[in-house]
Amino acid sequence: MPASRFTIPRDELMYPGHSACPGCTEPLALRYLLKALGPRTIINVPAGCCAVIPGVWPRYALGVPMIDHAFECTAATSSGIRAALDKKRMSDVTVVGWAGDGGTVDIGLQSLSGAVDRGTDFIYVMYDNEAYMNTGVQCSGATPCGAWTTTTPVGKDIVQRRGKKRIMDMMVANGITYGATVNIAYPEDFVTRVRIAKATPGPKFIHAFTPCPSGWRMDPSKSVEVAQTATRTGMFPLYEYRGGRYQFTKEIKNRKPVEEYLRLQGRFRHLSPAQVAEVQLMVDREYEELRSKMR
Amino acid sequence: MYQTYRDLPPTPVTSQTTEDMPTGTWRTFRPVIDETKCTKCYTCWKFCPDLSMVVEDEDAYPHVDLDHCKGCGICANECAKGAISMVREEQ
Amino acid sequence: MIEVLTANYAAAIAAKLARVDVAAVYPITPQTSISEKLAEMVASGEMDAKFLLMESEHSAMSALIGASYVGARTFTATSSHGLALMHEVLMWASGVRRPIVMPVAARTIGGPWNIWGEHMDVITERDVGWMQFFCENNQEVLDTVLMAYRVAEDPSVMLPAMVVEDGFILSHTVDKVDVPTQEQVDRYLPRFEPEPVVDLDAPRRFGGLVMPDWWTEFRYRIAQDMEGAKNRIVEAEREFERVFGRSYGGLVERYRCDDADAVLVAAGSAAGTAKEVADRMRDDGKKVGVAKLRVFRPFPSEEIASLSTVPMIGVFDRSYTFGDGGAMFNEVRSALHGSDNLIKDYVLGLGGRDVTVRNMEWIFEDMLRVAREGVDRKVEWVGLRDGTGRW
Repeated sequence: MPASRFTIPRDELMYPGHSACPGCTEPLALRYLLKALGPRTIINVPAGCCAVIPGVWPRYALGVPMIDHAFECTAATSSGIRAALDKKRMSDVTVVGWAGDGGTVDIGLQSLSGAVDRGTDFIYVMYDNEAYMNTGVQCSGATPCGAWTTTTPVGKDIVQRRGKKRIMDMMVANGITYGATVNIAYPEDFVTRVRIAKATPGPKFIHAFTPCPSGWRMDPSKSVEVAQTATRTGMFPLYEYRGGRYQFTKEIKNRKPVEEYLRLQGRFRHLSPAQVAEVQLMVDREYEELRSKMR
Repeated sequence: MYQTYRDLPPTPVTSQTTEDMPTGTWRTFRPVIDETKCTKCYTCWKFCPDLSMVVEDEDAYPHVDLDHCKGCGICANECAKGAISMVREEQ
Repeated sequence: MIEVLTANYAAAIAAKLARVDVAAVYPITPQTSISEKLAEMVASGEMDAKFLLMESEHSAMSALIGASYVGARTFTATSSHGLALMHEVLMWASGVRRPIVMPVAARTIGGPWNIWGEHMDVITERDVGWMQFFCENNQEVLDTVLMAYRVAEDPSVMLPAMVVEDGFILSHTVDKVDVPTQEQVDRYLPRFEPEPVVDLDAPRRFGGLVMPDWWTEFRYRIAQDMEGAKNRIVEAEREFERVFGRSYGGLVERYRCDDADAVLVAAGSAAGTAKEVADRMRDDGKKVGVAKLRVFRPFPSEEIASLSTVPMIGVFDRSYTFGDGGAMFNEVRSALHGSDNLIKDYVLGLGGRDVTVRNMEWIFEDMLRVAREGVDRKVEWVGLRDGTGRW
């Protein structure tokens, strides 16, 4: 019997007719997450694109219960859901806190840190489109340096940020039991990591790379290609933190030059060749730092 | 279903899916599949954000759900065989 | 059984008796010992609840909303800055109809810092759609937590409730409290079985975006149900009396008001002081009374309006919100609109300053003078160090 052509589970826990922009990769991330977890899942979502994408009352695009809440408190809400489920002896139900990058590394950080510290048994997924996109492309703590946003416009350097916040390192230090970066361009790996997370007790953190064609100023048909290029250039390495150790889940031996990634996106169009070279140095350095964690 | 405030649920909870939302009206271009080139790898099904590339069973050609397809073109971009082209909607 | 308890301990014990499923805690003066007592009871096994040690009050309230959706009876406590920090989440809780019950050890809000009792924290939350109950003593705190669950969880209400205990005055002082038995409370409080609830077989979305075309109708439903809560509160109290033998006089306790020349509308522990002083003055032949405001939200408009027969109404404000007089004064005056009572605002007891018997005597004498001579000033800051030597 030949192997199935379906390399990820066939069942859909999502419906068409949702409100995402054409080419948005967030619905892909949700789709893969729900395929991995199945119907005994409760998802809680703060303000952000994913508060709008699943539709407007009375319509709803997902096939699992969803709880909406304020911006700062994704992980706190997950803690409460988990506590109530445990009191009702429903420990087979997975709780997923699903928040954007701004809602995680900036305004949601306190709440996330608390939930991890408490050892909450849940999966926290940060869907990362590298800015506050729902409010119209403002810089967040996950925006890479050099990217155009409405609050870091091209011109005088009005904000001197240190770089993309290293949320995975922060979460490891905080005490997660499992962490992984995943990319919508690699759905099979996405499903695998989510399933490993589900099978691991305790607080888990998944960093999902979800390009935004609207905010990154690019052709919507290129969303998956850009995502793939991010990993191939080393801008978004795929690795996991498992059993207390870091390891690549997809090691790229010959990374493509970052220029191939940057040129696909209008938000980087203004970078000079010297600035692109700086980005390349930064990626090289960070990739080596990551690899050195794996010894 | 909802006519007055009396019909509302006691808490703002949804009551139907988004399937009747005609997001197909958003698009400018629509994907057209050339079945002579299609190898049924189902990559297009895998990468459609709008669940609008439908595969009925294991050996079927994918087909487009025109009620919902937003015309983003990811399917055409990702098809390794170039079997999908984006054709401008007549209007 | 009679125990000697602070209001904080009484509130925590009420949560235990109410069989709370999930309790979230975060410390803040003067509520902290509620959190400590809960921790002690859960750790010993005396209380069978999930105990969430949260990292902020905003997170505590958020966690409870999540838990409540799954069908858990929920509890937390806070004061002052903690309540203020929760502000947006309080609005979420009422907007999505979660019947959370929360004692608030009322304290002022800085800056500058002041940790002591006042009503400012709860008064600034009068707009968020929570029911608000003010307690005179520690017994009433315990009893009101139980009644609050009964009202809040009623399917026709489904709104959260604050139970206000004056910071330090009640929260930290011990008093005799008759603690009911678990069996009595089980008779009084049914299990919490909300509808709708998160259901894995029928997945729905809770609290998602509502467009302008339906927002008004959702808010109207809350307004209606808040109004209907008045009857639920009275019924809950009637049933409480049947089971426990204690009652409190409904939304507004009218104490010697019927033939009074002057009545002070007061909420919280100061109402008790006022009743004590009113008794002494009655002994002196002075016809005064106290309308103890037990419920501030929903606002008991009819009960306050029924005071229109009293020539002079004084309103006790234990906070000040910089409007045309204080907050309680405004709401009482609004309910009396159309009648020709004389009405005056008495602001005192701010930032932990005691409301003394002497203050109360001054207020009642002033009210009687106003009843004879008319209103001299709209707002009186009683006991103010103003160099006049009036106090």
